[in-house]
Amino acid sequence: MTATGIGAAVRRKEDIRFITGKGQYTDDVVRPGETRAVFVRSPHAHAKIKRIDTAEAARMPGVVAILTGADLANDKIGNLICGWMIHSKDGSPMKMAPHPAIASGKVNHVGDAVAVVIAETRAQGRDAADKVKVDYEELPAVADPAKAQAKDAPQIHADIPNNTIYQWSLGDEKAVGDAFRGAKHVTRLDIVNNRLVPNAIEPRAALAEYDAGTDNLTLWNTSQNPHVARLVISAFVGIAPEHKLRVIAPDVGGGFGSKIFIYPEEVVCLWAARKTGRPVKWTAERSEAFLTDAHGRDHVTHAEMAFDGDGKILALRAKTIANLGAYMSTFSSSIPTYLYATLLSGQYGIPQIYCEVDAVYTNTVPVDAYRGAGRPEATFVVERLVEVGAREMGLDPADLRKRNFIKQFPHQTPVIMAYDAGDYNASLKKAMELADVKGFGKRKRDSARHGKLRGLGYSTYIEACGIAPSQAVGSLGAGVGLWESAEVRVNPTGSVEVLTGSHAHGQGHETTFAQLVSERLGIPFENISVLHGDTDKVQFGMGTYGSRSGAVGMSAIAQALDKVIAKAKKVAAFMMEASEGDIEFKDGKFTVAGTDKSAAWDDVALNAYIAHKFTGAELEPGLKETSFYDPTNFTFPAGCHICEVEVDSETGRTEIVNWTAVDDFGTVINPMIVEGQVHGGIAQGVGQALLEGAVYDKDGQLVSGSFMDYSMPRAHDLPSFKLGLTETKSPSNPLGIKGCGEAGAIAAPAAVINAITDAIGTEQISMPATAQTVWSALQRANAARQAAE
Amino acid sequence: MPKVSMTVNGKPVTGNIEERTLLVQFLRENLRLTGTHVGCDTSQCGACVVHVNGIAMKSCTLLALQMEGASITTIEGIAPSPTELHPMQEAFRENHGLQCGYCTPGMIMSALDIVRRKGHDLDEHTIREELDGNICRCTGYHNIVKAVAAGARAMAK
Ligand code: FES
Ligand code: FES
Repeated sequence: MTATGIGAAVRRKEDIRFITGKGQYTDDVVRPGETRAVFVRSPHAHAKIKRIDTAEAARMPGVVAILTGADLANDKIGNLICGWMIHSKDGSPMKMAPHPAIASGKVNHVGDAVAVVIAETRAQGRDAADKVKVDYEELPAVADPAKAQAKDAPQIHADIPNNTIYQWSLGDEKAVGDAFRGAKHVTRLDIVNNRLVPNAIEPRAALAEYDAGTDNLTLWNTSQNPHVARLVISAFVGIAPEHKLRVIAPDVGGGFGSKIFIYPEEVVCLWAARKTGRPVKWTAERSEAFLTDAHGRDHVTHAEMAFDGDGKILALRAKTIANLGAYMSTFSSSIPTYLYATLLSGQYGIPQIYCEVDAVYTNTVPVDAYRGAGRPEATFVVERLVEVGAREMGLDPADLRKRNFIKQFPHQTPVIMAYDAGDYNASLKKAMELADVKGFGKRKRDSARHGKLRGLGYSTYIEACGIAPSQAVGSLGAGVGLWESAEVRVNPTGSVEVLTGSHAHGQGHETTFAQLVSERLGIPFENISVLHGDTDKVQFGMGTYGSRSGAVGMSAIAQALDKVIAKAKKVAAFMMEASEGDIEFKDGKFTVAGTDKSAAWDDVALNAYIAHKFTGAELEPGLKETSFYDPTNFTFPAGCHICEVEVDSETGRTEIVNWTAVDDFGTVINPMIVEGQVHGGIAQGVGQALLEGAVYDKDGQLVSGSFMDYSMPRAHDLPSFKLGLTETKSPSNPLGIKGCGEAGAIAAPAAVINAITDAIGTEQISMPATAQTVWSALQRANAARQAAE
Repeated sequence: MPKVSMTVNGKPVTGNIEERTLLVQFLRENLRLTGTHVGCDTSQCGACVVHVNGIAMKSCTLLALQMEGASITTIEGIAPSPTELHPMQEAFRENHGLQCGYCTPGMIMSALDIVRRKGHDLDEHTIREELDGNICRCTGYHNIVKAVAAGARAMAK
């Protein structure tokens, strides 16, 4: 291992600009003549728009324009789309309701845009927006997914009865039924996977500029995938042809899924910039972000697991209602289907699995991918069933897991996925040692002496990452391929620029990608820069989500590097008058086998460009190669998280006292960065389990609409984490990488709830397990115990 | 529009501003010091923390006009020279105390205030309690806590 190569904890290149305040986030970009967009948003969850009166607002100081849904329709601006087709079990296609960037005729959730004010300053825009008068006729609303299909529920979209988008299923229902009939023990759980707000700390923002001279539009946008944004905005929304639209995603302050999607606000900024001839900027306020960023999770599930007399799992059955909100966001349809039900086998050899998912519209903000996206929901179902099953059968939960672990690879699950490599026993064993599970009994007795209830919970999770083989996702309904691109440009002086279709918004690609190049080319880390996030520089790319940038994005770079080295060897052969087959390349040096002739990297790079040693007929000048890498399979990171809690029985307050995580991410490029990803993921998972919940009242008002009432994890809510790694390489990409971005968020909720239920001795608890929730569960359990006595 | 004068990162500055202009707006929009960020509208996240006369404050919660005559320090003003880092900045980098970097300026400015109030020998519990006003969505705080402790120690040297 070199100091800056694969496996080294290299300090990040990107840090200097961030710690000195020199980052360039979208809101930091200023264009001459810039105006500000302020949206007028619906205060009602469901209402007809009877009239919009903009006359008084238009007379306010600083107003440049006021635009409504009618203007949008007049200009024939297309609707936003969901790009993944799901078919119901009866074969019918999903029902996608129109999603205009500004509502016209009807609003479907609180925060739905009804008009936009373009003004000289934000304050003037706000003043004018206050004067836009909208007459609404309120309609009954439904926010609870469990109630959306009821007969008396209001129908949100015309022609979509029962608010049902699709009724999908996966697996063999009959075989599962048979397995349950033969079971010795069945564990049943009702689970609500609580709705979350992603809350990247940088609010979403967009800045659009129109150049009338060239007819080009430029969009600076808080995006995890600027190329996909450009594609959708040009091909479907129809704002501008693709070659006339440049999308730049500069420094982006966290995404966690919420910045994958194509949102109304960027469409409106582009449209308004052309209409007004002025740059238009919009930056969300936090309370606006709560009402417009796609939320996550929001499943209601009934799940059952069948066991034989030896604690072997025979079958799993789940029925889930997934809330997709008022409109279908960009990838929303795929999250509760192919990113959820396909992971219900967990780390276990389960012979039969059947899952039904109904996706429903409600009068709430759209729901889409949030860190983990479907896989945390699946893991929660599986890991709760296994844990509760073990407790019901009087078996040790770790032991029950071991009995059921998959040990042979490749392993085909009954729900599409073919796991290619893993060692689940190894991560469980290592985690149990690190967590000192042996000493838990003593710690529990010590806690009891102080009036505290101590509990321990496992989560042996699996995820499917490295998203994904294009052919596979295409056959499942994806509208795009999920390969990645890379271009490696070697300059005449030997320095290297890597252009990648991946996008970094905290993951440190400028560092890890450079580590790969430094290792492969044997050149100094400082001589490498990584460019991303600009459609004028990078030709195309699929962006960053689903822990795909290492496994897919870096594999593309590795392939391009192979091509660069192959070409450089040809140049070296001409330089040293040797045959190409005799050229060897190692540690930045080309040598002729069996001789002492050598050429340094920089000399070969220069020769490639001056082309003095070969004719254009023999070899094209230059040294630049491109690669599009399409993976052969998903990758399957897996591991074991163990959470230990102390619950105060008087107050119900839970404190996480120990956290141990042992993960198998395959090859690790930079352990420091990987650990950081795990820390952040665990924090979000703990947030879901203990603190966070987007709460709608029955009228569809978001009650938890700010950081005052939506509880974000803070430093004192969390412990320090004990981390470990095991390693089985992914055979599905040339680097053996599996991906690490989502693991913590996927594993953590089940570990926390398994620990709390272990501590308090009742399974009847919902997330977030706030002090009040836990206290109430304890009271109910005590009352039930007393009644039984 | 009323006029306001203050010192920012050691330099005198003046501006004619609307009464309702927040300090953070004045810094970001008038002075183009965009290292100070805005992460919320309820004074909860701490992305906007700067020092006012040496004390950490949330610049989203102050009117620029209140700052008449005050001395403000932002993230752009803490390094000893353009080519050097402040030890707390260095500690954040060394300990991987940042990912997307959006919360980082506020975290560093708050960390300096913790050192001012609590000294250079900070235990984990103290740091976690004292960071109550700053939210980070990326790091899970583990490495921020390490960075603050290391930065505080380095500042004693
Ligand atoms: S922006 Fe000041 S506390 Fe959030
Ligand atoms: S580093 Fe992203 S919010 Fe803290």
